[in-house]
Amino acid sequence: MNAADDAAPTALIAEDEPLLARMLAGDLARSWPELRVIASVADGDSALARTLALRPRIVFLDIRMPGRSGLDVAQALAEDWPARDAPFPLLVFITAYDEYAVQAFEREAVDYLLKPVDDARLAQCVARLQRALAQQRAAAPDLVLQHAMTQLRGLLGALPAAGVARLDVIQAAVGNIVHMVPIDEVIYFEAADKYLRVVTAERDYLIRLSLRELLPQLDAQRFWQVHRSTVVQARMIRSAQREESGKVTLTLRDRPEKLTASRLYAHLFRGL
Amino acid sequence: MARPTLAAFLRRGMLSGAMCVGIALLLAARPGSNLAESLVYSLLIGGLCWLSIDGGRLLVASRLVQRDAGGPAAREGWPGWGWMSALIVVGVGIGFTLGTLAAEAILGEPSASGGLRGTLFVGLLSIIAAIVATGFFHARGRLAAVQMQAEAARRAAVETQLKLLQSQLEPHMLFNTLANLRALIATEPARAQAMLDRLISFLRATLSASRSGEMHALAAEFERLDDYLALMAVRMGARLAVRLDLPEELRALAVPPLLLQPLVENAIRHGLEPKVDGGRIDVSARRVGGRLRLAVRDSGVGLRAGMARTDTPFGLQQVRERLAATFGGTARLTVEPADGGGTFATIEWPLPEHEEPR
Repeated sequence: MNAADDAAPTALIAEDEPLLARMLAGDLARSWPELRVIASVADGDSALARTLALRPRIVFLDIRMPGRSGLDVAQALAEDWPARDAPFPLLVFITAYDEYAVQAFEREAVDYLLKPVDDARLAQCVARLQRALAQQRAAAPDLVLQHAMTQLRGLLGALPAAGVARLDVIQAAVGNIVHMVPIDEVIYFEAADKYLRVVTAERDYLIRLSLRELLPQLDAQRFWQVHRSTVVQARMIRSAQREESGKVTLTLRDRPEKLTASRLYAHLFRGL
Repeated sequence: MARPTLAAFLRRGMLSGAMCVGIALLLAARPGSNLAESLVYSLLIGGLCWLSIDGGRLLVASRLVQRDAGGPAAREGWPGWGWMSALIVVGVGIGFTLGTLAAEAILGEPSASGGLRGTLFVGLLSIIAAIVATGFFHARGRLAAVQMQAEAARRAAVETQLKLLQSQLEPHMLFNTLANLRALIATEPARAQAMLDRLISFLRATLSASRSGEMHALAAEFERLDDYLALMAVRMGARLAVRLDLPEELRALAVPPLLLQPLVENAIRHGLEPKVDGGRIDVSARRVGGRLRLAVRDSGVGLRAGMARTDTPFGLQQVRERLAATFGGTARLTVEPADGGGTFATIEWPLPEHEEPR
């Protein structure tokens, strides 16, 4: 038990449209006067940074935002959250259109709001959050995080993959030469700013593609996402070792460096 | 003509048989002839004529397709009248000779109307019947093919219309706009009303563009873009700066309705919305030489290599199709990286002579 449990619950709002952010704050003030909105941000990167810094109990996340999407923010939060210091926040996703599987959100997220949000629906959401907070009060932060990660795994796994063709060869331009890299030879992919590092046994290449765009084009049986910025070919992993933080360190065949699997993906290595 | 099928082939056979019965009835009406005999001759000669001509037609047409020589008609089973004339002569020759022999064998005696005159008469009759039948079947096939084409074209048009409507009434845009409207109603009713007016004229234009597709003036096109961008400006606040530039002399030019809309939408959706600081969008119309150039420039995140390769957004494909349908090959759409970041999309087509600005 820490002091925060007795104080007023805190919330962060991540919504890029200023009028809607203001409206949500206003509506929340009316339907849940004790809730303190401690920050309102307009893009995904700020949402991640401010949530990690301020550790609110509740985060309202717009799904389509500049920078990181709401889902990317949730994924990064689960990977980077300081496990024992504070309970993982309750996430409420907000979108204008149910482009994602609503059922998955209803099952796996604390709540999922469709814009425009009417008063009755918001009251229902508030009641649900209050119940969840009361349940968490008795639980250890570790368990809260465990539970949140199970939910997120279910959510990220249930999102529809776009019907794109499988990639056989990666085209990587180096100067004015295009290298054709067979997908089999790729040991791992690593997101680096706006680029993607394609690492083979001999060398690595940079291509202009995001991991999110690449993932649906890969065979998920052979290429495992082990971190929000890393996808590795399963047969190229030599060993996996669990660290104290819940992360897993991977050694590779044909490459000296080690990779880190985040706790969100640690369950892939079953023997641990 | 429809694709050759066994059912259609048999149907033609039945119709040919019916025609032969008709001819036999006519012949039997002559003094001194009998119906049974006429029927046997007519059916055997006519049937064999039809079999050799129709069979020959399908054979020749398929050969022509194999050699890639017959054009679209051959693919539908029609080798052209040149081939058909030859087939009729040969087919009637075969049908007449074999049919007469067979009929004589069945009836056990030479034809009652024998002799040179009789033979010439029946031969001529067979040729005429074959030409009439061929012409009839050809016309019928053409009619069916035209009907099928019209049906396919209608279906494609409805599909395009629906896609156009879907792309322009993007649900994400619509519901976010409504959410903003809902927020404004309580706090700033006057602004809410202005926003609602914009939404109404945007929706009206979208619905009528997808229904009628009639051209409207470039000035009207810019007004609709202004509506859309005003809605986006309420949503994005300070993150969106807009400039519309339409010279007086080009205002009356006729353009397909909401042609620029997908380009502006792409600029917002893929260019400015993903950018944390937002940016600006410039829409302009210019006369360049004898051509009209419409340009949409944004200062957004720019084209991504991955996207251009893996998928063409429906918006661009739709603009291309509409340009091709309206201006044929003379119009051009280009999308390229803008100087200093962002994306630069242009549409160009020749200005009509009589609408040259004075």
